[in-house]
Amino acid sequence: MTPGSLSRRQIFERAQRRKSAVIATASSAIVIALIVALVPKMPRWDRVRTSFFNAERFRDSFPRLLHAFILDIKIFSWSVPFIVALALLVAITRNSRSPALLPLRVAAIVYTDIMRGVPVLLWIYLIGFGVPGLGMDRPWNSPLLWGSVALVLTYAAYVAEVFRAGIEGVHESQRAAARSLGLSNMQSLRFVVLPQAIRRVIPPLMNDLVSLQKDVALVSLIGPVEILRQAGIDKSKFANFTPYLAAAAIFLLLTIPLTRTTDWLLERERRRTSATRVR
Amino acid sequence: MTTPKISLRDITKRFDAITVLDAVSLDIESGSVVSIIGPSGSGKSTLLRCINLLEHIDDGELLLDGTDISIPGFDPNTVRRRIGMVFQSYNLFPHMSVLDNITLALRRVLGLSRVIAQDRARELLTRFALDDKENAFPDQMSGGQQQRAAIARAVAMEPEVLLLDEITSALDPELVGEVLDVVRELRSTGMTIVLATHEMGFARDTSDLVCVLDGGRIIESGSPAQVFGAPQQERTQQFLQRVINAGRL
Ligand SMILES: Nc1ncnc2c1ncn2[C@@H]1O[C@H](COP(=O)(O)OP(=O)(O)OP(=O)(O)O)[C@@H](O)[C@H]1O
Ligand SMILES: [Mg+2]
Repeated sequence: MTPGSLSRRQIFERAQRRKSAVIATASSAIVIALIVALVPKMPRWDRVRTSFFNAERFRDSFPRLLHAFILDIKIFSWSVPFIVALALLVAITRNSRSPALLPLRVAAIVYTDIMRGVPVLLWIYLIGFGVPGLGMDRPWNSPLLWGSVALVLTYAAYVAEVFRAGIEGVHESQRAAARSLGLSNMQSLRFVVLPQAIRRVIPPLMNDLVSLQKDVALVSLIGPVEILRQAGIDKSKFANFTPYLAAAAIFLLLTIPLTRTTDWLLERERRRTSATRVR
Repeated sequence: MTTPKISLRDITKRFDAITVLDAVSLDIESGSVVSIIGPSGSGKSTLLRCINLLEHIDDGELLLDGTDISIPGFDPNTVRRRIGMVFQSYNLFPHMSVLDNITLALRRVLGLSRVIAQDRARELLTRFALDDKENAFPDQMSGGQQQRAAIARAVAMEPEVLLLDEITSALDPELVGEVLDVVRELRSTGMTIVLATHEMGFARDTSDLVCVLDGGRIIESGSPAQVFGAPQQERTQQFLQRVINAGRL
């Protein structure tokens, strides 16, 4: 057979693939058509349309909300490095084996239990109102600062558990191999265990980061005007809920590309380093 | 008499209630090849892991060049730098290419530069017929290729003692021959080799000393001629008989 031409098997498989694509497209089209046809038949559809799907309100609010969203992104971006660093520290501490580190291990357990046991919102109130209440001078009394600290402390506890699961998921024989080559405990962790652990936990980690991205909006409850708060202001001013819809759209604009990109990166990495997928 | 390279003195190892090694004593002379044979589950892998301080021993002493390395608080890293190990299940690092698997410890433990470490690694890959695999990841290689990569990784560190756990189990007869040659070659460089194996021919042809382990005890040890030719213990005879019946000798 010449390289350019297709074998009978390849022709058959291509036909099969086409058939699956047609089925997928058709079924999606039917579902969308049903929604478009049925929803407007609902009794209160007209009222919902004017209060939630108001194009003029959308156009008016969108730039303002986008501007307010910058603060969300800022809070998110400066919190993440601290969350990851603190979470790694806590996870590594919990996985340490030296008897001398027992007090630290206990502290790490107590920390994760307490932070995860209380709603994020409550921590934001407690830390965000509590610490500035101590009467420190600027900039140490900023609710923005302490709200972020509350996010960092709570999310680090969740992310630490993700990392811990990842570290424990790396088979002990990997550590044995590393140690047998003369690598120290820390070197084994850094070069052998952590790289494998982190790769495995990227999906749950992304999950936590997407949550964080949304929970950043909770900081608005102690003062800062970010997107959720701005949407609330617009809603009250115009007695229309469309700003909320616009805010939702803005959140999606960020989170969807974020998750799709990580999935794509993961898949690429998997393909580079692994055996081929079984059928 | 010279001090043995490694001395095991009444080494006992328990996992909870089971005693896996029961007062094992063994002197391993410098530059010799010692084979540990015996039925599955008799404690061969555990013995090798104890020598490399990967298992904590419950009783006894372990001497390297006459120094007790089993005393608590002894830095295991200095020992492991001198004693290399190839694991029964290879234990290559799946997130690294073969080349990185080999150079990691060269760079981080021996402090070699990347270039020098890679040169040394490539030399070994050529010797083990893995030239074209330096950028492959462990999951993309056959069992035999992984096994050879694991041997190359341990050998690259130029240890004084090499512990080999079933290194021929995934190889075809031709490669078994090649690995055998490598073992002989390593021995000619003065390396001390301890190998656990089910490959009786391998043990008979390469070793200076053969030890038969059964239920955590060394029930017989001697030259290959003694152990395979005129075994003293009834248990050894039974074991060898079964091996012969299975066509493995
Ligand atoms: N971590 C462990 N915990 C409990 N028991 C263990 C552990 N590791 C090994 N054992 C037990 O110790 C015994 C000896 O195991 P070992 O792996 O040393 O055998 P082996 O002689 O190498 O066998 P094989 O020829 O099948 O490789 C076995 O009974 C095994 O079940
Ligand atoms: Mg074994």
